[in-house]
Amino acid sequence: MKAWVFGDNIDTDAMAPGRYMKSGIAEIAKHCMESINPEFSRKIQRGDCVIGGRNFGMGSSREQAPEALRHLGVAALVAQSFAGLFYRNALNLGLPAVVCLEAKRIRAGDALSIDFEKGKITNKTSGDVLDCEPIPAHLMQMVRDGGLLPHLEKRLKK
Amino acid sequence: MSQTLAEKLVSRAAGKAVRPGEIVTCKVDLAMMHDSGGPRRVKPMLERLGAKIWDPDKVVLVTDHYLPASDEESKRIIHIARHWAASEGVQHFYDMQGICHVVLPERGHLRPGMFVVGGDSHSPTGGAFAAYMFGVGATEMLGVLVTGEIWLKVPHTIAMDFDGRFDRAVSAKDVMLFLITRFGMDGGQYQAVEYRGSGIRALPMQERMTLCNMAAELGAQTGLIASDATTQSFLNAEIETWDSDPGAKLLAHHRFKAAELEPQVAAPHSPANAKPAREFRDTKINFAYIGACTGAKLEDLRMAAKVFKGKKSRVKLVVAPASLRDQQTAEREGTLQVLLDAGAELLANSCGMCAGYGTLLGPEVVAISTTARNFKGRMGSPEAQVYLASPYTVAASAIAGRIEDPREALA
Repeated sequence: MKAWVFGDNIDTDAMAPGRYMKSGIAEIAKHCMESINPEFSRKIQRGDCVIGGRNFGMGSSREQAPEALRHLGVAALVAQSFAGLFYRNALNLGLPAVVCLEAKRIRAGDALSIDFEKGKITNKTSGDVLDCEPIPAHLMQMVRDGGLLPHLEKRLKK
Repeated sequence: MSQTLAEKLVSRAAGKAVRPGEIVTCKVDLAMMHDSGGPRRVKPMLERLGAKIWDPDKVVLVTDHYLPASDEESKRIIHIARHWAASEGVQHFYDMQGICHVVLPERGHLRPGMFVVGGDSHSPTGGAFAAYMFGVGATEMLGVLVTGEIWLKVPHTIAMDFDGRFDRAVSAKDVMLFLITRFGMDGGQYQAVEYRGSGIRALPMQERMTLCNMAAELGAQTGLIASDATTQSFLNAEIETWDSDPGAKLLAHHRFKAAELEPQVAAPHSPANAKPAREFRDTKINFAYIGACTGAKLEDLRMAAKVFKGKKSRVKLVVAPASLRDQQTAEREGTLQVLLDAGAELLANSCGMCAGYGTLLGPEVVAISTTARNFKGRMGSPEAQVYLASPYTVAASAIAGRIEDPREALA
């Protein structure tokens, strides 16, 4: 997965701008991050990952923020820290979010592979192996199911 | 064992004595939703699960984001909310009554000791009533609606202590811009922030609500204030006293002298960019906004009116009272007239421009606003410049046509 790098305190208004919030997710996603990087939504490829600094996802509780990233094909989020509300939303939508104190060592365009449960990021471009906080197995199960909704659906069917 | 207020509230909801860091499941006393993150998002999910809401009497629905519903999409979203409230038997439905965070306590839904989730990031507002209240996203709300429960990592408590008296031109907004700048937008570490001290005790309820509201901008899960006679008189009901035990273990205890705090202004594009208002005197503005849950409650309107009284705004001035009831009270007591005489254009009792859902700021706008967030592009064009300040400072600046310290006007 290819890395798209953002800074500290990236807010959810940047990911899902208020003026498009009445639209569906496809329209919101077109404007995802446009106030920071206007090319982001056009150039990101399915399976890429988004790297943040501190407090990634601060601000509004709008779930369309992680949903827009997911819609664009983002496969994982890595940050030094996440805003608590956003972190819960991302996992609930099936988008894995990994806390990595060394996230700043990742450069734009680096090719990464991430082991979510072991808590390891391998940077194939730089050769770095970065430690991160593992995602607990039960949460990872929900992420693999596609989020809380399909996870609940699966449980209710049993 | 001594417990903090947050630990006591979570213990009650979890049905056992909890410790910080522990993950527990809590019973939810009340779930609040609005039109944006509410029915339009949870209805299709509930249908997919074939599930009903666990207790319609514990759900409060408020329309506040897509009002006025001026286009087809907004109308559709508001229609979904109205229809859903009726079909699910949600009796506590407040339509066009104001912003959820203000309406909820105004209509008596909050009591000290409660455990409440809200489908909005400013839900910590309810913490002003010594209720544990925090924001969740729509999918997490779905989980609550189906089960009546939610998991939570028991927070540590960070105490913010303001002793003494605030200057008459200093308000809760100044306290928060100062704290956010001092500790950063993640300074709350998704823990509980508890506001304490004689300075805090002296504040009226709606000012306390502003403190807890902006715990969101501090990155805390919630903001809390112990219940007391002020809480009781606002709720006009018998209440329990909920407070931290003396000696309960804190993650941090920050002490400030209330009298030393000056009026603050946060420059674009972050609430963490605050400095004393007097340092911005060369900044010309062309727009003043008094709105939002954090900045247009009755107390906020009164603050603005105190500065305006008989003076005109030199710039476009827009006021969106946070609730219909607050607007009506402001009208009765003459507060609203002072604002109208100053040249205010009145907008609906909704989130309005704060969330960028209504009228948008153009690229040429340099605004001073009583809102909580000035993120780039939030209120409109990414080129727009938004400064955050208290209602006192916004009013003084509107009169001057540039950012002004309100202390002279109130001297």
